[in-house]
Amino acid sequence: MVRDGWETVIGLEVHTELRTTTKMFCGCPNAFGAEPNTNVCPVCLGLPGSLPVLNVRAVDLAMAIGLALHSTIAPSTFHRKNYFYPDMPKDFQISQYDLPINVGGYLDLPDGSRVTIERAHLEEDTGKSTHLGGSGRLQGADRSLVDYNRSGVPLVEIVSGPDMRSAAQARAYASELRGILIATGASDGRMEEGSMRIDANVSVRRAGEVLGTRCEIKNLNSLRSLQRAIEYEAERQIDLIGAGGVVRQETRHWDEVLGVTSTMRTKEEAEDYRYFREPDLVDLEPDAAWRERIRASLGAMPAERRATLRARLDEPTTAQLDALEVVVDLGFDELVLAAIEAGVEGPLALARAANELAASIERVGDLDPSAFITTLAMEQRGDLSATQAKTVLLEVLDHGGDPAAIAAAKGFERLSSDSLGQTVAELIEQHPQEWARYREGDEKLAQFFIGQVMALTRGQANGKAVVAELRARR
Amino acid sequence: VNALEVARGVREGATSASEQLTTTLGVIGERNEELNVFLYVDQAGAVAAARRVDELVARGEDPGALAGVPVALKDNLCQRGVATTAGSKILEGWRPPYSATVVDRLLAAGAVPVGKTNMDEFAMGSSTETSAFGPTRNPHDCTKVPGGSSGGSAAAVASRMTPLALGSDTGGSIRQPAALCGVVGVKPTYGLVSRYGLIAFASSLDQIGPFATTVADAAVVLEVIAGHDPMDSTSLPEPAPSLLAHVDDGVAGQRVGLVRELTEGADDDVLASVELARRALEDAGAEVVELSIPECRLGLSAYYLIAPAEASSNLARYDGVRYGLRVDAEDVAAMNEATRTAGFGAEVKRRIMLGTYALSAGYYDAYYGQALKVRTQMIDAFRRAYREVDLLLGATAPTVAFAFGEKTANPLTMYLSDVFTIPTNLAGDPAISVPFGTGAGGLPVGVQLLGPGRSEARLFAAARVLELANGGA
Repeated sequence: MVRDGWETVIGLEVHTELRTTTKMFCGCPNAFGAEPNTNVCPVCLGLPGSLPVLNVRAVDLAMAIGLALHSTIAPSTFHRKNYFYPDMPKDFQISQYDLPINVGGYLDLPDGSRVTIERAHLEEDTGKSTHLGGSGRLQGADRSLVDYNRSGVPLVEIVSGPDMRSAAQARAYASELRGILIATGASDGRMEEGSMRIDANVSVRRAGEVLGTRCEIKNLNSLRSLQRAIEYEAERQIDLIGAGGVVRQETRHWDEVLGVTSTMRTKEEAEDYRYFREPDLVDLEPDAAWRERIRASLGAMPAERRATLRARLDEPTTAQLDALEVVVDLGFDELVLAAIEAGVEGPLALARAANELAASIERVGDLDPSAFITTLAMEQRGDLSATQAKTVLLEVLDHGGDPAAIAAAKGFERLSSDSLGQTVAELIEQHPQEWARYREGDEKLAQFFIGQVMALTRGQANGKAVVAELRARR
Repeated sequence: VNALEVARGVREGATSASEQLTTTLGVIGERNEELNVFLYVDQAGAVAAARRVDELVARGEDPGALAGVPVALKDNLCQRGVATTAGSKILEGWRPPYSATVVDRLLAAGAVPVGKTNMDEFAMGSSTETSAFGPTRNPHDCTKVPGGSSGGSAAAVASRMTPLALGSDTGGSIRQPAALCGVVGVKPTYGLVSRYGLIAFASSLDQIGPFATTVADAAVVLEVIAGHDPMDSTSLPEPAPSLLAHVDDGVAGQRVGLVRELTEGADDDVLASVELARRALEDAGAEVVELSIPECRLGLSAYYLIAPAEASSNLARYDGVRYGLRVDAEDVAAMNEATRTAGFGAEVKRRIMLGTYALSAGYYDAYYGQALKVRTQMIDAFRRAYREVDLLLGATAPTVAFAFGEKTANPLTMYLSDVFTIPTNLAGDPAISVPFGTGAGGLPVGVQLLGPGRSEARLFAAARVLELANGGA
């Protein structure tokens, strides 16, 4: 998209809520979707006299993120970031400043590029405001409501270097990072629930020149918004410079509906946060034993898991590679590997995982792996057609049970090769032209005959068996 | 009658918690209008607490070390359901939904909290004159201030309304009013007493401590309220120290340093008391040496950057959004401003501005950053001193109780009231003010004993020596 001779330079700040049971500084549940202002206490409401006590589990997860990003875990401190906002009960946010818990690091993307990580630090989330009437933003609203359930939920902010050069690369980085956050158990990665939010720093320059002035686009909450906003912003800056203008350093807001960014506040309007050490907390110095405990608890990251699965596939197609990514993203790769280990063909296992399991993702947690494998083995043997196998799989996902028993109960008896052979023979007689073309080597016509058989058997036949019958008669 | 005697009487059945409460409420009824000690008397809560203690005694159970002892709480200590203002209009009408750890511990030890005492607004002041609810009068002379900021708590004990009170000490706010009112006041080691439920002024300096008429009473209260609290990250890990058992250990063989900078500029009557205290300690077998800790001279300046800086952040939450005063205006920012303009008094505004300035970009290094360096030097200086001596001796305040209005025109003269107490807060060490002699107009004088971190047992033993020398029983 970006015009010839121009380069876009992008750095991302990714905020992820941590999947702890309780909040960062108190014992309130860290849960999305509760009745407003029910998961609150004197501490996360910032009542006079209350004090924060650090949740050790939040530190565990922050360290896990750091280790997965090849960061150095360093002695760190907490600071107060002071500014007034109604959804921040203390009117300051406890964050890390000059001494973050994770320093440096990098993330390798699937395309082979490497993005450096500057830091990944701990901080607390704010409450959530809803503005009624007026513009829908705080200023000019008729009424503002605040839900403090989110106040004090632990966050890690991951700051990348200005290393990305396209919106697509930024998206790939965010996507890979999301996979890592899920794999470490640090986050559920649910961008639609706000548990992962992204600020994008974007500047443009003519190739080879020094870095341009950047604008920060706040609060992008989907990968698609991220990519669109960066693309728009880069074009805007190039147009501006092209017309003789100058890019001002500022914070910008992305309008999802209009597809444009607009000024939120300029650098001159930027707040002075008056950071200083949080006197109510002590320094955080995880010892070697703690670091090693977290390191030992870390499973394989998505890149390694993709490679493991990839190694079990012979010359995979693009579609299969896409399915592989989905499977690893969703964490179904161990299941697929187990199926392959049990003799199921890789492409079949991938397809069922990337489609049927993905469609019932919330029930996969309860799935008995052996039922998955058994169903696929039945399909592979031809005991079940593809359609029948999918039906059995859905039943297993919904209610559990033995796949063979489910198949029997549904009347999915294997069509005998005799009756299938007879059906195929009749179809050949009824469609001489198609048969002739197939015999001349037009493999596409196999699909025609499979379709006819399926129609006659109401989808009960096995496509592979049909092809075998056709080949036998060619 | 002191707290230990009351508690013994209640446990042995010679008196009852309810009877003691009646006496206390009677004295409050007689004198509170004149002295303005209590901002709020929680009669119903106190009656219920006293009854619980009496029921325990009737069942033969031990109600605790402070059985039936009425205690006054500084109004910056939260007690569930009891109006708490920190001396400010901005919190008028607020009732905390939870209790401070110290309040829970007092109740668990059988004490009977009777109400909330007057204080300088958000503990910013040395005379109670910055309270939004009028000043407290010194029970020894109603034309004089009781000191501050915990002036109400000091006056409650001095006027015999309650045998005990709790206050908070950020730069001298327990010790200075204790000296001016003629009672014992203790600023414990930072972290010894949980701050959970103490409305913060300057978090890195604030400590809760007792007021009492005797050293032994103060020791018992500290034993009750001290010890690790998981709700306060800065709370020391160990349990409460044993203090009462050591209160008669004496000072024989101890080395005490008389600190030049902790008497410099004090009035003659105060200096005379310090000299008499020095002799009393020597008579009891201590070796007193004169020494100098020049860093103490920098204490006031560093304190008036660090404390306001922390306060500017701690007091940001009083924005009219969730509780306390709200002054409506056209939008949220204007409402915040109108609320804070109407709700805070002049001294609080002054310190918020000082602190905001000290932390601002471009000024941080020159002000707040520099003050932190001074603080580190102060800590090192005291550490060096305690390699030479076991305890330090000085004056608590430069003068006896002063008249209302005497120091309000010029804030700096008021700030100087705390010049001898501030260094200990910056160092995080404990100190105690003990009444010792009288000065001009027959007003009480306090002398101050200081020790290294966690040296409370030693401090109380030395304080007890002075108490006996001053005619105590």
